[in-house]
Amino acid sequence: MKRLLSSIVLTALSLNAAAQDLLITNATLHTGENGEVIESADILIKDGEIEKISPRISANEGITVIDAAGRHVTPAFFAGATVTGLSEVAAVREAVDSEYEDLFTDIMHPEFDIRPAYNPHTSFIPITRVEGFGYSLLTATRGDRSISGQGGLVRFDGGYDSFEGKPVIFVEVSGHAAGKTGGSRAVHWMLLKQAFGELQKGVELDLLSPIGRDQLRNATKNGVFVFNANRAADIMQVIKFAKTHNIEAVIHGGREAWLVADALAQANVPVMLNALDNLPADFDSLAARLDNAALLNKAGVRIMFTSGETHNARKVRQVAGSAVANGLPLEAAIAALTSVPADVFGARPRAAKRGAIADLVIWSGDPVEVTTLAQLVIMGGKIDSMESRQTKLRDRYLAIDPALPRAYLKP
Amino acid sequence: MLKLLTAAPLLLLSVSVLAEPFPSTYAPLPSSPTLITGATILTGDGGRIDDGDLLISNGIVQWVGSGDVPANAQTIDAKGRWVTPGIIDVHSHLGVYASPDVHAHSDGNEATAPVTAEVWAEHSVWPQDPGFPRALAGGITTLQILPGSANLFGGRGVTLKNVPATTYQEMKFPDAPHGLKMACGENPKRVYGNRSKAPSTRMGNVAAYRAAWIKAQKYIDDWEAYEASDETDKKAPERNLELDTLAGALKGEIIVHMHCYRADEMMTILDMADEFGYKLGTFHHGVEAYKIADELAANGVCGALWADWWGFKMEAYDGIQENVALVDRPEGSCSIVHSDSDEGIQRLNQEAAKAMARGNAVGMDIAPERAIRWITSNPAKSLGIDAKTGTLATGKMADVVIWNQNPFSVYAKAEQVFIDGAMIFDRNNPELQPVTDFELGQLLEVAQ
Repeated sequence: MKRLLSSIVLTALSLNAAAQDLLITNATLHTGENGEVIESADILIKDGEIEKISPRISANEGITVIDAAGRHVTPAFFAGATVTGLSEVAAVREAVDSEYEDLFTDIMHPEFDIRPAYNPHTSFIPITRVEGFGYSLLTATRGDRSISGQGGLVRFDGGYDSFEGKPVIFVEVSGHAAGKTGGSRAVHWMLLKQAFGELQKGVELDLLSPIGRDQLRNATKNGVFVFNANRAADIMQVIKFAKTHNIEAVIHGGREAWLVADALAQANVPVMLNALDNLPADFDSLAARLDNAALLNKAGVRIMFTSGETHNARKVRQVAGSAVANGLPLEAAIAALTSVPADVFGARPRAAKRGAIADLVIWSGDPVEVTTLAQLVIMGGKIDSMESRQTKLRDRYLAIDPALPRAYLKP
Repeated sequence: MLKLLTAAPLLLLSVSVLAEPFPSTYAPLPSSPTLITGATILTGDGGRIDDGDLLISNGIVQWVGSGDVPANAQTIDAKGRWVTPGIIDVHSHLGVYASPDVHAHSDGNEATAPVTAEVWAEHSVWPQDPGFPRALAGGITTLQILPGSANLFGGRGVTLKNVPATTYQEMKFPDAPHGLKMACGENPKRVYGNRSKAPSTRMGNVAAYRAAWIKAQKYIDDWEAYEASDETDKKAPERNLELDTLAGALKGEIIVHMHCYRADEMMTILDMADEFGYKLGTFHHGVEAYKIADELAANGVCGALWADWWGFKMEAYDGIQENVALVDRPEGSCSIVHSDSDEGIQRLNQEAAKAMARGNAVGMDIAPERAIRWITSNPAKSLGIDAKTGTLATGKMADVVIWNQNPFSVYAKAEQVFIDGAMIFDRNNPELQPVTDFELGQLLEVAQ
């Protein structure tokens, strides 16, 4: 039996080591569901899944034991809507695949699926995973057509095909994105109605290709539509449109969502928001406020967090912390960071319970506090090396007065 | 009178001493003597006083300590709460890139020529930017508004007191030195290179800085020759706004704030400052500053940095979360947490908290009383106002924040904010929560 303390550096165990049986003892486990916190929990992990959660589990011979010493443990967090593996450096066009420009057609492309462009070896994944993040919504970001394209959830396990859940279609209905659609947000609705009209049998195709039609039709039955909208009036239009076409809708942005919280709750439309948005950043956001998340949660709307960033998506934890500081119950924030996105986008459940995927994090303190760090990340039963390009740069320059140039320091 | 003064060429070389065009009309808001008792006080210069008291009156810090409480003041019981100097942000674009972020508010980059040292950010500042009161609610009492980084020489920055006002002159920090915004690297070469104009490369950037400094040196020489001349019919050189600013920087009257990401470029800039005999004030952004922390400290140059930004462009690819702490490590360092963001400026305490936690995680043992310097006394030094604000020493401006708890937390909130002794924000009193003209009366239907 190997007994490990989570505070020690686990460099001996490589990230890509095979999934192993693990026993986490004495965790303060936030399950991410129903506000549940289990004190002094032992968590047994077998074959990459949570096998058992109980106050006391005896360790078998050969199993690796991690003593959480009462620390907070949660499922790995959701990093929000990002372009993970699609944008190594945001301003370097050669390194970005999340959007297209000057394509040779004028039609809409719901079939523009960014997932084949996903690169799991991006430096971003270890950089973000060591901060306690386990998955993200891979996003098509083209912002000047009503339908930006298609993506879905991706798990930060470094696999080439680590996609999960339902197809997700990204739809723009904000004024900002109206540039290429004639300058009015009303055009978005005009075009969307026409495109959805082309899903009917016998209607001639004008805005969609045959493949686009098939994929859009499939998404209306089995997918999720993420609408980028901040203005309360736009959100009401989304609710109406989703009802008319019987589609699953999610609001992304939602700065004024609190104004229509009851309508969102009634229509069961979740909101993915940045809880730091409190400025009238544009004329869609005059009502932006810091307790947006708290108000939505109180009204019964399912919420998720995003930071608006990919590279610094680890900031989502601070986003959630700010929501808690402004009235959102901590366990609601943990649910928003763990189980809700998986449920909304149809992935394997993330809440910590028997049979769930063993993507777990041991935190040094309150999981949404800015001075807290992820101490140990476990993905599918594999213990993360907790190393990234950034920790290596850090260690290279942490050394004082090396004898040779730092290029010879290879931590 | 003002017109006469600013037009008089004789005053040119001592602009900051003799005549301040667009002068500050700042006057402290009304205040009464206030005694804050029983707080955990971080003084801003590395000190910490538990169960401390702070007396402010006549706009300045009168007394700070523990035990002997002076009388005759309105008392605020701050037991369990924390007190710090007012937070200072050396890098903001509030007012010049105001909310709402519409094209009509894009006033921060005069991106029509790579050298625009003649423009002043203060002439773009919109005092009704809702970002100002939001920043106040985060404890920001002083901030420098800078032009953007499209240009090699972007123009002059201005240091403001974060008080609600109708004009920027009413916010202008009295007698604060002007700043000169310069930019390294990708931004200028991209903006002008895309137009097939110089500079389109980093070497083009440096050549253009040097050419500008040579012109500025000649301008100084011409004026000195003119002033030294005994000839009765001597003719004054023509005044030039661009060269006024550059000459002010060379003479050390205007502080140089240099947007620069890469370590190698920062060292090029330090060599260039030696070549032309000027002092570089602060490198801003400095995503790779940790690679040259010792050199920055040895040169007395501040590094104004983010806690965790990286990867948004090539020169930001090597960003690490220990940057602030590593730059802080050498003796004589001047590490600063800056925002460059209307969101970040609302929580510089949290940004500093993140940087502190990263330093501590690699064994640096950074206490809150040390980390608070990154957002108080060090930025005050960067702006040349450290004799007046940035710490809670006796005689300093009474720029003070009372926090509900240890400010190095996501749960920390500035409860009361004082500027020059006047309480200008109180989280618990709606009457002391300013609202800009822009936001007044919006969403009336919603409110009903």
